[in-house]
Amino acid sequence: MAEIVIRNLRKEFGAFTAVKESSFTIGDGEFFMLLGPSGCGKTTTLRMIAGLELPTSGEVLIDGEDVSQLPASKRDIAMVFQMFALYPHLNVRKNIAYPLVSQGMPKAQIVAKIAEVAKILGIESILDKPVGGLSGGDRQRVALGRAIVRSPKAFMMDEPLGALDAEFREHMAEELRALHDRMHATTVYVTHDQLEAMQMGDKIVVMNHGVVEQFGTPREIYDHPAMLFVADFIGSPSMNFLRFEGGFRPGDEAVTLSGVQIAIPQVQEDAAGRALVLGVRPEHVTLNDAAQYRGKIETTEYLGTTQIVTIATANGTIKARIPSGQHVGPGEMVGLTFTTSRLSLFDAGSGRAFRTAANAGVHHG
Amino acid sequence: MAEVILNGVSKAFGQTQALKNVSMTIPDGAFVVLLGPTGAGKTTTLRQIAGLDHPDQGDIRIGGESVLAMTPAQRAIAMVFQQYSLYPHLTVRDNLAFPLRSPVLNRPAAEIAKRVAEVAEVLRISHKLDNKATQLSGGEMQRVSIGRALIRSPRIYLMDEPLSSLDAKLRADLRIELKRIHADLGATFLYVTHDQIEAMTMATHVGVLDRGALVQFGTPREIYENPVSTYVASRLGQPRINLLPADAFGPAPAGAAQIGLRPEHIHIGEGQEATIRRVEHLGDQTRLHLHLGPHEIITLADTETRLAPGDTIAIRPQSALWFDASGNRI
Repeated sequence: MAEIVIRNLRKEFGAFTAVKESSFTIGDGEFFMLLGPSGCGKTTTLRMIAGLELPTSGEVLIDGEDVSQLPASKRDIAMVFQMFALYPHLNVRKNIAYPLVSQGMPKAQIVAKIAEVAKILGIESILDKPVGGLSGGDRQRVALGRAIVRSPKAFMMDEPLGALDAEFREHMAEELRALHDRMHATTVYVTHDQLEAMQMGDKIVVMNHGVVEQFGTPREIYDHPAMLFVADFIGSPSMNFLRFEGGFRPGDEAVTLSGVQIAIPQVQEDAAGRALVLGVRPEHVTLNDAAQYRGKIETTEYLGTTQIVTIATANGTIKARIPSGQHVGPGEMVGLTFTTSRLSLFDAGSGRAFRTAANAGVHHG
Repeated sequence: MAEVILNGVSKAFGQTQALKNVSMTIPDGAFVVLLGPTGAGKTTTLRQIAGLDHPDQGDIRIGGESVLAMTPAQRAIAMVFQQYSLYPHLTVRDNLAFPLRSPVLNRPAAEIAKRVAEVAEVLRISHKLDNKATQLSGGEMQRVSIGRALIRSPRIYLMDEPLSSLDAKLRADLRIELKRIHADLGATFLYVTHDQIEAMTMATHVGVLDRGALVQFGTPREIYENPVSTYVASRLGQPRINLLPADAFGPAPAGAAQIGLRPEHIHIGEGQEATIRRVEHLGDQTRLHLHLGPHEIITLADTETRLAPGDTIAIRPQSALWFDASGNRI
């Protein structure tokens, strides 16, 4: 298994730049997510790591060796695609054996290898079945088996669960992650689904328009988004943005929204008067009749143990996640408080998060 | 608007029994969501009501009269599909007006203009009326296709996963919008999805289908809190309900084969020892994957928790759902 270092990687297709000078490190044995909306450059990045595209400039290092100009076959990487392409005329065993047979591995060794992989994936009972009649899940497992059997240095997965329905996707996501926990193989996984990234990943790179917006653990990215884009992309519902005009100095511990002082983590930067955004996650909004900052309830959505309440404020519409036992109805005026330690403060123009006591030390892209 | 009644509806395609004796009343003004995995019979149900297919057995009544002998057009229903098929060469205005100009309806121009303006207002696309359909974003296109259904004031709206091809954010916005439209119009909706959040947040009633049979019909809260079987219990709730052998935590009621525990049914701090296998920080919730002896359990912890893989915690059920050997609720 391997560590993968991406250094100033860039890819142009004619006049279009798909990936702009990206740098990050994928640790040995990590489950690493490339996350972003369609067209952000995540698949192009994956394809450059795998060797299916050659970068315009920059380097890909696998275990310290620069492979950026090597063809895919020389990199010892296995790819798993969204559409699991199996050989329809071969049975499960032969599909999994195929990469080993083509490497010329001795037969006895192949038999042992297949037995091991089938056990890991729990598909021992279907080894002699044709792939034609298999369920979606079993087909996916066979495709995984074919990738695992070679014991490559790393796995590249391009939205492998994208074509599955919601319920089955969640099940396969758990299974993939459990498989990773047993094998500890370095895995790079492309997805546009933020929940999938949060659920499965050890680390996440969030990309947008070919640029790495943030790089960190799911928790860092959720709690301390470095950019407005990241704050908006991660979380469902996403982070609320309260827009206001103002300024602050290092050491300030409050901002003023519509005449009401709101406590924030201590600011470590300077900003003259400008358009600002106070970011607050829905679960950090509390309804409190005594609070000075007011809003009007628009809608409520029941979600089992919690409910999502949409509230109109003077600084924009926000959503709160509150216990479903708390009774509120459309049209009611309510007071709002925010969990101070979890607030983010952004520059509305550049989208950058200001450094505060809460997010000091979090990486930007 | 109208009440819709299905009475003993069955439908087979060759050897496959797609619907088995489905009876259901969709009250006037209700928002009914049909829930179930791929192949449960959700879309087939819609197609029988719309008149795109004919049931082998049973009756379908809209507003008190049987519609089996009627063509889809005569039934006065509107259908919205997952794939918004707009006319790419027409403007938003012409796409919306299209159903009213059809030979069947053929409304006067002034009335059409008025209806288009009203619907565009409801869907917040008034400023895009003169755009070509191809110049719209995915969310706008889906709003236009919903608008094309709204414009006809049909007796019932049938919607087949209208939001599933949209990204998460747009889905959330349109969810609220559909709910608002439903409240404003007082219209009857029958909506197919396999997204449980859509079912929980929009439905007045949820119908759960299992291999062609309607297994439970009730409010989202009833379905969530009082499921009739393990199958229904597994449809709603994130993370999913934990299903374990009935004696996993000690004595069980007579006849119980499985104990069903939702995360909020699990008390952390006393009881049996469980080992943490994995901690998932999903932001708004933190999931603990636990080993309890040979069993796997998923539950929720405080989002600020410092618990880590390898730690042990004590857990016990504080309430539970019990199921018999065939998965039915006791």
